[in-house]
Amino acid sequence: MRTRTLVLSGLLVALVLAGVVSVYASSHPDGLEYVAGRTGFLDTADDHAAGDGPFADYATKGVDDARLSGGLAGVVGTLVVLVIAGGIGFAVRRRGSSDDRQDSRDETVV
Amino acid sequence: MHVPDGFLDVPTSVATGAVAAAGVGLALRGARRELDDRTAPMAGLVAAFVFATQMLNFPVGAGTSGHLLGGALAAVLVGPWTGVLCLSVVLLVQALLFADGGITAIGTNVTLMGIVGVGVGWLVFVLVQKVLPKRTSLVPVAAGLAGLVSVPAAALTFVGLFAVGGQAPVDLGAVLTAMLGWHLVIGVGEAVITGLVISSVVAVRPDLVYGARRVLAARTLELRGPTTDREVPA
Repeated sequence: MRTRTLVLSGLLVALVLAGVVSVYASSHPDGLEYVAGRTGFLDTADDHAAGDGPFADYATKGVDDARLSGGLAGVVGTLVVLVIAGGIGFAVRRRGSSDDRQDSRDETVV
Repeated sequence: MHVPDGFLDVPTSVATGAVAAAGVGLALRGARRELDDRTAPMAGLVAAFVFATQMLNFPVGAGTSGHLLGGALAAVLVGPWTGVLCLSVVLLVQALLFADGGITAIGTNVTLMGIVGVGVGWLVFVLVQKVLPKRTSLVPVAAGLAGLVSVPAAALTFVGLFAVGGQAPVDLGAVLTAMLGWHLVIGVGEAVITGLVISSVVAVRPDLVYGARRVLAARTLELRGPTTDREVPA
């Protein structure tokens, strides 16, 4: 499998997970939140400073349908993370490849 | 395990902010050794994938849920330094765009899930790899064990921070027991997901799995003839 194929199919999986499957995720509190509630420090949490943002709590503002709202937020988040982390990856990388043979393999294998 | 604003006091949050900044600074330098033209796209993919899977809370019983932290997964796929960068980007976007994890707690969350999650995950992975035979089929096993340990390690670190800078007078022993207990269970989920994802990538392109490089290098010495070109890419 070519690197590009792998990256694109991996991205597709991530988009489906964040955009569609996430609707079916458990809405129970996570481990930390649950323990905080049980042991009595949950109410020391402050309101989030960005709690009014357009995608706060993984819901898209102005979109009433819960599935669409959550799915859209997931897709936007996945793409934003992809662009930032991908950009950092390309910025810090060594130019060229440590293994030239691998480069030619990437180009020739279809 | 996203810590909201207010759980920890200001000095503790400032301290974890400094730790996180230093860690990310080191990671920016270290990632250069891990990424080249061929593997750089993997950094973006791994971060995007970790973001997506962190949305998928799975139930772990008694009205609690957990989700993949992804530290061990990222470390094994793209290397520990790049893994720290991936997790940091995910946590930053979650805090700023999705109000998930406090803004004053970004340093805390990067320390817990980025530095401790990735760091412990990578250490366990390397240790397990030293013990197990050098076979590509065992890379997912080592990665799963790394995932299993990384989650309670991050939880334990939180309890340590809470002991220093917690804002409520609660029984620390109870916090410790509950955090460790639940995050061991969540760690099992982490192990399964990490193992499955790593084995999928190892199956198609083992040379793109950072943690499989040493195993592949060892395998090159064993194989001869035309199969070397086809099967042993790195």
